[in-house]
Amino acid sequence: MGTRESGSRPRMAVWKFASCDGCQLTLLDCEDELLSLAAEVEIAYFLEASSAVGPGPYDLSLVEGSITTPEDAERIRHVRRVSKRLVTIGACATAGGIQALRDFADVKEFASVVYARPEYIATLDKSTPISANVPVDFELRGCPIDKRQLLEVITAFLACRRPVVPSHSVCVECKLRGNICVLVAHGTPCLGPVTQAGCGALCPAFNRGCYGCFGPADTTNSRALNTKLRVLGMSDPELVRVYRTFNATEEQFMRASEEDQGPEEDRA
Amino acid sequence: MTHKNIRIGGLSRVEGEGALLVRARDGRITDLRLRIYEPPRFFEAFLRGRAYDEPPDITARICGICPVAYQMSACQAIESALGVAVNGPLRDLRLLLYYGEWIESHALHIFLLHAPDFLGYDSGVAMAADHREPVERGLAVKKAGNELVATLGGRAIHPVNVRVGGFYRVPRRQELAPVAEQLRRARDHALATVAWVAGFDFPDIEHDYRFLALRHPEEYAILSGTPAVSDGSSFPVEAWPEHVVEEQVPDSTALHARLDDAGGYLVGALARYALNSHRLSPLAREAARDAGLGEVCRNPFRSIVVRAVEVVHACDEALRIIDDYVEPDVPAVPVEPTAGVGHGASEAPRGTLYHRYHLDGEGLITEADIVPPTSQNQARMEMDLRELIEPRLNLAQAELAALCERAVRNHDPCISCSAHFLDVHLDAR
Repeated sequence: MGTRESGSRPRMAVWKFASCDGCQLTLLDCEDELLSLAAEVEIAYFLEASSAVGPGPYDLSLVEGSITTPEDAERIRHVRRVSKRLVTIGACATAGGIQALRDFADVKEFASVVYARPEYIATLDKSTPISANVPVDFELRGCPIDKRQLLEVITAFLACRRPVVPSHSVCVECKLRGNICVLVAHGTPCLGPVTQAGCGALCPAFNRGCYGCFGPADTTNSRALNTKLRVLGMSDPELVRVYRTFNATEEQFMRASEEDQGPEEDRA
Repeated sequence: MTHKNIRIGGLSRVEGEGALLVRARDGRITDLRLRIYEPPRFFEAFLRGRAYDEPPDITARICGICPVAYQMSACQAIESALGVAVNGPLRDLRLLLYYGEWIESHALHIFLLHAPDFLGYDSGVAMAADHREPVERGLAVKKAGNELVATLGGRAIHPVNVRVGGFYRVPRRQELAPVAEQLRRARDHALATVAWVAGFDFPDIEHDYRFLALRHPEEYAILSGTPAVSDGSSFPVEAWPEHVVEEQVPDSTALHARLDDAGGYLVGALARYALNSHRLSPLAREAARDAGLGEVCRNPFRSIVVRAVEVVHACDEALRIIDDYVEPDVPAVPVEPTAGVGHGASEAPRGTLYHRYHLDGEGLITEADIVPPTSQNQARMEMDLRELIEPRLNLAQAELAALCERAVRNHDPCISCSAHFLDVHLDAR
């Protein structure tokens, strides 16, 4: 990922936008690595962990959360200006996250459901990923991100190389892990065939179908999967819901949720 | 006439985003507002039209630090709407999962967020340079909690194995052995932690708190119980909407809760301890006694000691459940969608967390209500700040601002749950 001046410790910042804090918490969940990481990298700005605020610029910024307010749309531009490398972490930052469910609804009506005085609430109609607002150097998927992948991203940055993060489907991880296919063997609806790997095929390992929290894989055939899911008894509204969770506005998932209704063989 | 204004912007070491604005004139506080500037997140609106089995995964995303709390309150609310009860070994497994979250969340707060205040550091990482041993102990405790959540739930953040009715898959007995080993060490570390934090220098201040926490006839209530108030009253979970009313305040995306027509009550570690300390495990009770905690603790700075005691309890009880564990026959009790209204409450690490769902005949959600701990504590946090600052307005601005931040951090506000983090503006001319 480019070159760095040798000698000084690179300076890292962690930023939060609309989010649950879970992805930045993943950094603090690296219990075995945290103190040695802090020796390699100067954690210059990380409000969740430290009240010391080191001024920019930063060599690496990790950005969590989506852009949902006019102020945040400004703030992310500032973050980009003070960051040499900007890596987005988690589904909110890479895809708009669960907050992007507002994109399918009337956000004013949403505000009136939650707040008695919605006029106090400043919010945008859509929840957008960071890449829709500023250029991004790398996107790390997941709701939440995977700890090993986060360490890979930081290690790759320190080694000035590109992170090795697979873009194939969860199915590959299931095979590697030796999971029994829950879709074929148990008839459990599973988004594994269209979802990007990274979690370690967690849900199938727990006898559960994948629910797509890492977003779409690089090549997907959701039409074939939807046919199978309908055979297993999923209704059209259920199909829409299953694609509209934490990565609802990712293009492949959006298309999959809007595909023609009814079984494939009925269309011609 | 003298004026003093304090502004603290970007409160650190809390989870989320917030700010504090204080205005003082002639030694009296004229205005004090804890502003929440986390972007509004519309979970209760998203939930409408979703199916009865979706809230455990969706509401987990409200908070990455306490997702299990959201999953547990959601499951219990929906199960009550569907007329289903989850008991026996499945309930024990839920408790076990919840203890894991308590351990990791409390360890995060004690070692990385709160302790640096007492020892004069900006962060846990900075503190580790001079206090390596306690910080490593803390990280080991935190790791044990995360391992327990990951063993039962698949991963530490947003676990995948929780469902309405129970679990997708239950662990084999032998799968729990490695984490039990970690928990035994964590329990020892937790005991050492109680002694360590009890020796901190605490500001001499007590508040006249009205406490609210769940109460259970046999347990130090975590997973379920009856809401009880320190004035002696209590009410069933189903009556929550009649007792707790949320109000919106300008400049804030958090709603402020009022209890029985009066604001300013406290949920969380101090409330649980005041109402339920007699239900702590014998080892945790002993640790509390040795730490000089007494029956009730009204000094919010000492909440770090109470949290450490709760970690001892959580490790102790988790080990008891693992020792007694018998694999359930089925991973979940069957549930059928039906129309109904259900209420559920549990004790998130930060305090009581209430959920309510209305379901239609197909099991789709027509209305949802979530009352997180931080919005309940917000009015009380403002009162803490008033009582703390007013007699100390002559302190230097920076010192006063630091004290305000500490007063907010005392309550471990998870500002991402309601609400989010602190930016303190102290305007004292």
